[in-house]
Amino acid sequence: MSETVYGPVTDWATDFDHGSPAYAANQHKIWEDLKNSGCPIAHTDRYGGTWLPLTHEMVHSIAYDTDHFSSEGPVVGQLKPSEVPDRIGAPIGPVPPISSDPPFHNEARRLLLPAFSPKMIDPWRDEVIEICNKLIDDMGDADHIDAALQYSQHIPVMVIARMLGLPVEDGDRFRGWVNLVLSGIGEERTEERMQKFMEFNEYLAYHVNDHKENPREDLISFLLNAEIFGEKLSLEHAVGTVILLLIAGIDTTWSGIGSSLWHLATNSVDRRRLVENPDMIPTAVEEFLRAYAPVTMARVVKEDMEFHGVQMKKEDWVLLPFPAANRDDKQFANAHEVVIDREENRHAAFGLGIHRCLGSNLARLEMNVAVEVFLQRFPDFSVDANEMVTWSTGQVRGPRTLPFVVNARA
Amino acid sequence: MRVHVDPSKCQGHNRCYALAPELFDVDDYGNAFERNDGVVPAGLEDKARLALANCPEFAISIEE
Ligand code: HEM
Repeated sequence: MSETVYGPVTDWATDFDHGSPAYAANQHKIWEDLKNSGCPIAHTDRYGGTWLPLTHEMVHSIAYDTDHFSSEGPVVGQLKPSEVPDRIGAPIGPVPPISSDPPFHNEARRLLLPAFSPKMIDPWRDEVIEICNKLIDDMGDADHIDAALQYSQHIPVMVIARMLGLPVEDGDRFRGWVNLVLSGIGEERTEERMQKFMEFNEYLAYHVNDHKENPREDLISFLLNAEIFGEKLSLEHAVGTVILLLIAGIDTTWSGIGSSLWHLATNSVDRRRLVENPDMIPTAVEEFLRAYAPVTMARVVKEDMEFHGVQMKKEDWVLLPFPAANRDDKQFANAHEVVIDREENRHAAFGLGIHRCLGSNLARLEMNVAVEVFLQRFPDFSVDANEMVTWSTGQVRGPRTLPFVVNARA
Repeated sequence: MRVHVDPSKCQGHNRCYALAPELFDVDDYGNAFERNDGVVPAGLEDKARLALANCPEFAISIEE
């Protein structure tokens, strides 16, 4: 937790810490209080200087302005991108395309788009249904379950491992590495952390080599043969993209599924409506994505500049809190209410502009199927009052434990 | 009524294709375009409006 490095927050407008447990627990109120006090963009000296714009308009304009804001550092860390040893700088970045800027970004992204297009993703539906049902079968007839530990956290891992061509049994290790990269942002750069990064790299090197020797029909083999600007991808590029696909799809979707189930466990009217009208699930999932958007991204300021009256300095971090944009009442009617049949919903949970989540079709499929199957099998469930629901900290937000009582099963 | 997807704004969120597949399709890259020159058959006007109201990039326009 970042308090180990930076200490508790004294003032959210001038000293916020988006990696703190307090932010994870109270973010909706923090944004509202900041906006109401006339501060639509907060600042902190932490992480070497970071900005937090809160309106949909600001988030939208920064996401579109790739001339002034670079994607070189999509996750805020204690080191600025230029301070990272052996870094691959802009416009490529370490994990293309999320860390890339135009014009390189367009090519690196275009190569991946077909594999994640709706017509390629839809056929995975039956497999996702099977995965979800199997996870519920494995719970036996227990009436106390954990919907995060026994359900939501497994679904995206199993799918992406199959798509990439990595052993599905290694799910626990993948999740460990996801935590290392995304939740540990404020932790000291201890030897233990460095050791884990090394293990991750060795694991990937092993599987990439294995794919070189034994090519197959999966995304790793595809990347090893793919070309950009008429040449094969560099090994760093291919491995960087494998890392990205592994990391980007796991705790994000796990968070999206978990938040949806948490909402349904705590709102019995909505739960009953969806049990009785499963056709409404896709619309409800969009609303869960809006209201509990899991992902905040970051940019790096390219040169000193003014933005909405504040002076940003070269290399400052700028967070893109899509979750805050999704609760902006200038953009959404009743922005703070969860309206599961909301008709007009231009939410930004999957980002805005050129970095729109490449996995959004897959993520939506997984969320829809996960909610559908859970409600089919458990038409009535609630949070276990004797246990704690815990939430992640950092740029990806979602429940990490979901102790539920099953009140009815089908 | 006619619908139009501005290809310079579309980022492939696929909301229109999911909500109104009668009116929109997607290419191999997942980018959307209007079917049938954008002509909205009678009875599908609400679907066209729904697609417009759910495009995060404001890429869809309607001519009544
Ligand atoms: C509910 C689940 C998910 C959410 C909320 C989410 C959110 C996001 C957001 C907000 C971005 C924009 C990044 C930026 O602007 O810098 C993004 C990018 C990306 N996401 Fe996701 N994501 C999810 C699931 C997935 C899945 C399942 C995959 C793939 C396996 C994936 C792969 C990617 C990739 C590769 C990018 C980079 C695209 C680019 O830079 O062009 N995501 N995601």
